[in-house]
Amino acid sequence: MTEPRLITRRDFLGNSVLVGVQLSAFGLLLGTRVSRAATPLDSNENPAMGFTPNVFVHISPTGEVTIVCHRSEMGQGIRSSMPVLIADELGVDMKQVKVVQGDGDKKYGDQNTDGSTSIRNGYENMRLMGATARTMLITAAADLWKVSPASCKTEHGFVLHHDTGRKTSFGSLAEAAAKLPVPKKEDVTYRPTSELKNVGTNLPLLDAPAYVTGTAAYGADISIPGMLIAVIARPPVVGGKIKSYNVDKALKVPGVKKVVEMPPATLPYAFQAWGGLAVVADNTWAALKGRAQLEIEWDEGANASYNSDEFRKELSLSVSKPGKVIRKTGDVEKTLANASKRVEAEYHVPHLPHVPMEPIACIAHIHDGRCDIWASTQNPQAAQKEAARVLGMPEEKIHVHVTFLGGAFGRKSKADFISEATFLAKKMDAPVRVQWSREDDIQQDYYNTVSTQLLTAGLDEHGKVTAWRHRTAFPPIGSIFSASDDQPDAGDLQQGVLDLPLSIPNVQGESCKAPAHVRIGWLRSVYNIFHSFATNSFMDELAHTQGKDMRETMLELIGPPRLASLEELGIPALKNYGSPLDKHPVDAGRLRHVIEEVTRISHWKGHKAEGRTLGLAAHRSFLSYVAAVVSMKKHPDGKVYVDEVWTVIDAGKIINRDRVRSQMEGAVLFGMSIAYYGAITMKDGKTEQSNFDTLKLVRMKDAPRKIHVEIVESELAPGGVGEPGVPPVAPAIINAVFALTGQRVRTLPLSSTGLV
Amino acid sequence: MSKIKLKLNGVDREVEADPEMPLLWAIRDLLGLPGTKYGCGQALCGACTIHLDDQPIRSCVTPISRAEGKSVTTIEGLSPNGDHPLQKAWIEFGVPQCGFCQTGQIMTAAALLKAIPKPTDKDIEQSLSGNLCRCGTYTRIRSAIKQVAGIKETT
Repeated sequence: MTEPRLITRRDFLGNSVLVGVQLSAFGLLLGTRVSRAATPLDSNENPAMGFTPNVFVHISPTGEVTIVCHRSEMGQGIRSSMPVLIADELGVDMKQVKVVQGDGDKKYGDQNTDGSTSIRNGYENMRLMGATARTMLITAAADLWKVSPASCKTEHGFVLHHDTGRKTSFGSLAEAAAKLPVPKKEDVTYRPTSELKNVGTNLPLLDAPAYVTGTAAYGADISIPGMLIAVIARPPVVGGKIKSYNVDKALKVPGVKKVVEMPPATLPYAFQAWGGLAVVADNTWAALKGRAQLEIEWDEGANASYNSDEFRKELSLSVSKPGKVIRKTGDVEKTLANASKRVEAEYHVPHLPHVPMEPIACIAHIHDGRCDIWASTQNPQAAQKEAARVLGMPEEKIHVHVTFLGGAFGRKSKADFISEATFLAKKMDAPVRVQWSREDDIQQDYYNTVSTQLLTAGLDEHGKVTAWRHRTAFPPIGSIFSASDDQPDAGDLQQGVLDLPLSIPNVQGESCKAPAHVRIGWLRSVYNIFHSFATNSFMDELAHTQGKDMRETMLELIGPPRLASLEELGIPALKNYGSPLDKHPVDAGRLRHVIEEVTRISHWKGHKAEGRTLGLAAHRSFLSYVAAVVSMKKHPDGKVYVDEVWTVIDAGKIINRDRVRSQMEGAVLFGMSIAYYGAITMKDGKTEQSNFDTLKLVRMKDAPRKIHVEIVESELAPGGVGEPGVPPVAPAIINAVFALTGQRVRTLPLSSTGLV
Repeated sequence: MSKIKLKLNGVDREVEADPEMPLLWAIRDLLGLPGTKYGCGQALCGACTIHLDDQPIRSCVTPISRAEGKSVTTIEGLSPNGDHPLQKAWIEFGVPQCGFCQTGQIMTAAALLKAIPKPTDKDIEQSLSGNLCRCGTYTRIRSAIKQVAGIKETT
């Protein structure tokens, strides 16, 4: 991650401009609608304006503390969590703090709210921002009182001098602090973590009042005078083009202004618009109605031959042959050849959609030599870059205002919809909102990839596993950036193939070829979804073969608590989610611990003895460790359902306990949707699903009676939280289905078996 | 185009619209209340739930012509100060994650409790199963409704 700069005062004032802009944009978030696009204010270097030690913190002379949240809020509760790190270091209560959403701007460092990175990469930086502000306020007070800074402290928005009992507010020190030089990073002291009063507690959900009153503004909720609404008819097959069209009927729909031809997408697709015809109208209904009246003949292009059924055979063939060896210890082939018993299983997981509840929307407004964008984007800097490319404008002229995101799960980190809105705003010479329908969302997604895996184990005469071979074939995400990319690499296999600690002398991980025929993207926990499904299912199959309990087999295969070295793992390097191994090692002890904990709180042994049918799975991802136990039951009609779930997360140091818990609860339901219904299937290059009738998600009736969440107490470096809860859920369900029915499901989703 | 008169959150309003326009789009685009959400356009997800003469309806498939002379309540009009017991319980239980579906969930739950003040688990399940939540807040929604209805949670 690029570190945000400790900035000069001019930068700060740039930021106070940003704050002003954002207040109007966030007026949106509080319910007011934008009456005009934000205009830049004149910069002002007067310290009387207040104290801004860095781009994240501002203290006004009246003591109002503003903290910028530079990461997108998409349901993970980041606005209720990240600013607390600054507030706690600073010594101010969250009740006194106004949280402002940061626009897209490199000065904040990385803003791509993706990969469960916000806290794990921002923890130290955010503390530094708060600690810097505290250091400067204390220096200002100590100068005033002629005492040593070390004898002062801050709390509740005041600097206090212990010996004399003197006390003064942050506001009264703002002007003096603003005149001080910003200290170097090494001269700033952090509070001991025990003094971070709110970190690790159940923090209130900052935006809850806005959510429950309908005043939280998402991408489509912003209104600009003169704004037009566009709905696009995109080629049904990616890479397709328009052959011919007739727009006469569409133009007759009252409210329709114009039909605009979009630029066709070319390889590699990256974040380009997808092509097609845009119907631009006064209101959303007119645009939708106009689109339905378009007559278009498509040239479907090369991907029209893509069929899920046939591709599955291609993937099976791919994993039946040796792939590129990425992980290797011992001699797997020889051991397998000489094994007393050989166990082999092939697992298949189809493409998966994101389907956030909020279909994509973006507004672009080009005026006065700049472009303002309001979008529910996970990645405002990618939005800036794509809009700049489309408009041929410098990036600093593109002002991306981030709204609330009505769910995202990776979909909204792509800037294709930003590309569409900016293109149309230019064409129409008016502010344009591009509105995606649910059908667009499902059919023009960047799908999580489709995968087939072949796992093979060799057992010796005592039933001990002596060889483990894991072949995996899936079109990689890299294919959207480089069209010839048709085989996963070590950076892809880090997600659950390379970082699985195994106490087996002969281990091999192989990557097999799989070309892409749709846009591939990353969905909440990405490749871990299917790697965890396969490895945990396979362990359950091995346990059954051995006649052992799954818990016992898992702990034996993982082996004793230890930090697994690269040598032990049999790999030259591990991407490790961008984090060094000494900070975030592959810790077999932590993986074991979550298994031990989840089986303890779920009364694994006792419940099994009572005849409850349980499934267990565990997985390391995004530098955190999660285990889940699922209790599965049967309805009188023979259909199965999840009755109760226990889940344990070790994410190292956590910030907001209640939001970690809510992410874990949500991950259970998300994982259930994958296990029950998750499937995008392609026929002749077209997506067969179109709305929530053909693409099902779990509903209230499917929700478990109870979800128990335990969070491991830890002072270790923070890991991810948003994604790691998902991977163990589907295999725990599938293992429980086996316990309940004796049926081993190796192809997701369960709905294809008729069991749900 | 036709002129349609309705009562929106207690206020008489007149709007000129295509009579086929779903109430959802009329409320959002023409009447300027964005708290009612578009999620599917086919009455499959419940994000657009509002009350028409006190009955919960899916506004995405209800033409505005059907609201002529009727009373429409959206999330903005559910309570004077955002203090409906369900809204308060939603905050207390930290129900929302992304929040997008929650206005529809609350409108459905409010209609349920009006019709059945002490719903059973089955009532809650039947009533709320039409409202999707991709973040997976179902268990907290259930708890919040039960608290408002004064029903003890079983363990």
